[in-house]
Amino acid sequence: MSGSSITAEPPPQAAPPAPSEQGTSRYLTGTLFLLPAIFLLGVWLLYPTVYTIVRSFFGQSGYLGTWVGIDNYKTLFTTSTLVTAIKNSAIWVAVVPALVVALGLIFAVLTERIRWAVAFKTVVFLPMAISAFATGVTWHLLYQQDPSLGAINALGRTVHDAFSSPGVLSNALPSTTSLQKQGGGLVLKTPLKPGGVALLGLTGIAPQDMPSGARQAVKPASKPGDIEGTVWRDFKPGGGKPGVVEQGELGIPGVTVELRDSSGKVVQTATTDSHGTFDFTGVGGGTYNAGIGAATFAKPFGGYTWLGPKLITPSLLIAYIWIWAGFAMVVIAAGLSALPREVLEAARTDGATEWQVFRRVTVPLLAPVLSVVFITMIINVLKVFDIVLALAPDSVQSNANVIALAMWRTAFSGSNDFGTGSAIAVFLFVLVIPVLALNIRRFRREV
Amino acid sequence: MSRMSGGTNRAIRLVAVAGVVVTLVAVAAGCGGGSKKSGGGTSTGSSSVSGSVKFWGIWSAAEQTAFQKVIAGFNKQYPNVKVSYTSKGDNIPTILATAIAGGSPPDLADVAQPGLVKQLVQQGHLKPITYAKSTIDANFSPAWANLGTINGKLYALLFKASNKSTLWYSVPVFKQAGVKAPKTWTQLLSDAKTIKASGTPAYSLCGASGWTLTDIFENIYLRMWGSAKYDSLSAHKIKWTDPSVTKALQYMAKIVGDTSNIYGGTSGALQTDYPTCVDKAFSNPPKAAMVLQGDFVGLEILQATSAKAGTGFNVTPFPSITPGPDASAVETGGDLIVAFHDTPAIEAFVKYLATPQAAEIWAKLGGFGTGNKNVPASVYPDSITRTTEEPLLGAKSVVFDMSDNQPASFGATTGQGEWGIFQKFLQNPSSISSIQGQLESAASKAYKSGK
Repeated sequence: MSGSSITAEPPPQAAPPAPSEQGTSRYLTGTLFLLPAIFLLGVWLLYPTVYTIVRSFFGQSGYLGTWVGIDNYKTLFTTSTLVTAIKNSAIWVAVVPALVVALGLIFAVLTERIRWAVAFKTVVFLPMAISAFATGVTWHLLYQQDPSLGAINALGRTVHDAFSSPGVLSNALPSTTSLQKQGGGLVLKTPLKPGGVALLGLTGIAPQDMPSGARQAVKPASKPGDIEGTVWRDFKPGGGKPGVVEQGELGIPGVTVELRDSSGKVVQTATTDSHGTFDFTGVGGGTYNAGIGAATFAKPFGGYTWLGPKLITPSLLIAYIWIWAGFAMVVIAAGLSALPREVLEAARTDGATEWQVFRRVTVPLLAPVLSVVFITMIINVLKVFDIVLALAPDSVQSNANVIALAMWRTAFSGSNDFGTGSAIAVFLFVLVIPVLALNIRRFRREV
Repeated sequence: MSRMSGGTNRAIRLVAVAGVVVTLVAVAAGCGGGSKKSGGGTSTGSSSVSGSVKFWGIWSAAEQTAFQKVIAGFNKQYPNVKVSYTSKGDNIPTILATAIAGGSPPDLADVAQPGLVKQLVQQGHLKPITYAKSTIDANFSPAWANLGTINGKLYALLFKASNKSTLWYSVPVFKQAGVKAPKTWTQLLSDAKTIKASGTPAYSLCGASGWTLTDIFENIYLRMWGSAKYDSLSAHKIKWTDPSVTKALQYMAKIVGDTSNIYGGTSGALQTDYPTCVDKAFSNPPKAAMVLQGDFVGLEILQATSAKAGTGFNVTPFPSITPGPDASAVETGGDLIVAFHDTPAIEAFVKYLATPQAAEIWAKLGGFGTGNKNVPASVYPDSITRTTEEPLLGAKSVVFDMSDNQPASFGATTGQGEWGIFQKFLQNPSSISSIQGQLESAASKAYKSGK
């Protein structure tokens, strides 16, 4: 920016009224020096660009294939996965550059005022040093749904379980249909009278999940005036007979059993012993239902499906912003340190609040830097590819699709459809052109 | 261009070296005094064949070493042919497409996608390997030669075959639940119910990898309707809305719809890819009882878990469905050898690959299956491999993985076409008719455009 005054001076020196002969040889030397660069640019930029544009009007395979006109472009806008890719890219462009600039600005302004600013900046900038693919793999792990695998859901589980702890038999299922689900718990359908025996058989409990101290299940004998029963793991190798207490099946100790009267009110609770038996003593006349409360079966926190079809794009955006916020911060902080302090001081002296200084002075003065970051981010986001490939599981890659990934998947992964792939590439190119033009115009203005 | 001149130079040098070697051997044999047996009939014809063969394949690491040994076996018979193998990895379809576009394909390549072979034939890039027909017919049952026949001509040899009709199970979980390896579909479902009651989910599905779901469907369809109907469906001669598909999907829904019996439930399964699903089922303690996938699971178990064959894991053929017409039908996949050029050296090598000698070299090393009926099952190194590969040796009816045989945009693209729609099916197994409609419209679109 300040370089404009320096570059403005040399031209009068550099352009003496040279004789035409000398001019030609200089021109020749210049061309000679440029030739290798032109050659390389031609081979690696110009030819592929032209070829891709031409290729996009031809069929699937071969050097050119068969002429198909604009069919590839029709495919691009009618295939649902490709349309999703275009929509997603639009979301990326709408969200990421703005958020990255905002976050970068906040970080940059705030780090000016804290101690350990360098340490903070280093930490925020560090993700830039990691390749996007590695970032994708890392966040893929963080986002795992199973709280025992994914760090984010593990945090969720810790918070969740602090407020409602999971039941001791969260996976258990009734072994027969006479036990029915009711309000999260299980209730024995057949009503009991005093002297009755309640058999509450459960399955779906892995041996290693059984409470310690469990012993052979016992079916209690009927006792007048009491309601007795057993809660047991109604399973032995091969399955056993459901609903029958058999040799080799263990009682489940420590289960809270509830006795409800005919109106559904809990009149007594009892806890099972090591044989799984329980006893409700001194039960009055009438009919009752025995059951196990919902707390026993409360499921632990299962985790959010970060990598599912609905949340995948937000999850990707978070990871991507995590990478680039540091870059924005560093660039904006550099711009910030070059701001004329006296303007800020003057504003403060005139009685502007900190917010007003920020809003009316800092941000307008930083505008050129902010726009550089913003435009860089738009280009980055349009060509985003690797992080989506690495982070999104295969089953949701269609939901997470973006233009660059769609291009690769169409041209190289599976379909090998070079025609449509080229059409997508051309479409992406067309999208980037205005941004590039804007950038080039800005460069010109600065020089 | 430079490649060719380099190749010629090398060939000349080789011929020279080989000439010296042959002379020495002849002298030695003369001195030895009439040891005629060794070499016999082959060496007379073979030393006259010379040249080089450029082979591109997907095999890398241990598989590459094994194939180099197969090549070494070939060079014992044909010392004057130099086969240079280059591993191109899983990207070989892309690399081949680019090489063809650039006008310099290799001499031979191994391709895992029959659909791609068909495509290459239609585009006129492949040379028929009719010269190997008699060797193949002598060693394989006709069904195998049919796999490589396109438009009535033989174009490919299925050299390294895999058996996709297998079911892997965790031995400790089966023991705990007191069930035996299921032989029939009914047994499978009742086993699954018992396993669920024992406290471990029965199935570990790899829903994030769409192809694992289509593999399960294909096995059910094959067992239920037989290979003829299977081939019609895979060629899209039967529509996906056919009642036969409905019935197969209804059977499949008994597995994928049993949400509480799937490790991680439906949503967990959709995020579990292959091979994570295998690692889960055979971890310690096992998180699920069964993985319904092909023979390649065995290698993954050995590499990624501490489970041992026999005590930790075991394998059984995919359960039969009665009254299915083909109880022993096998769904196979594998590496097809195709030829882009035609020289005596190439012909000799292709023919050699169809012999039992070539197959045995790799079979002994493990991780290899073949339909070559003259390879005895005893050459396989362990009981697991024997269980998985023996059905191939005797198989009278073999079919390719259906999704590999279809246009790639329908059958082999991540999250799209068949793979993506079967993931939707896992998400919502009750929507069979809508799934069939989606499959049919995607299939007819792909077949129309041919890609």
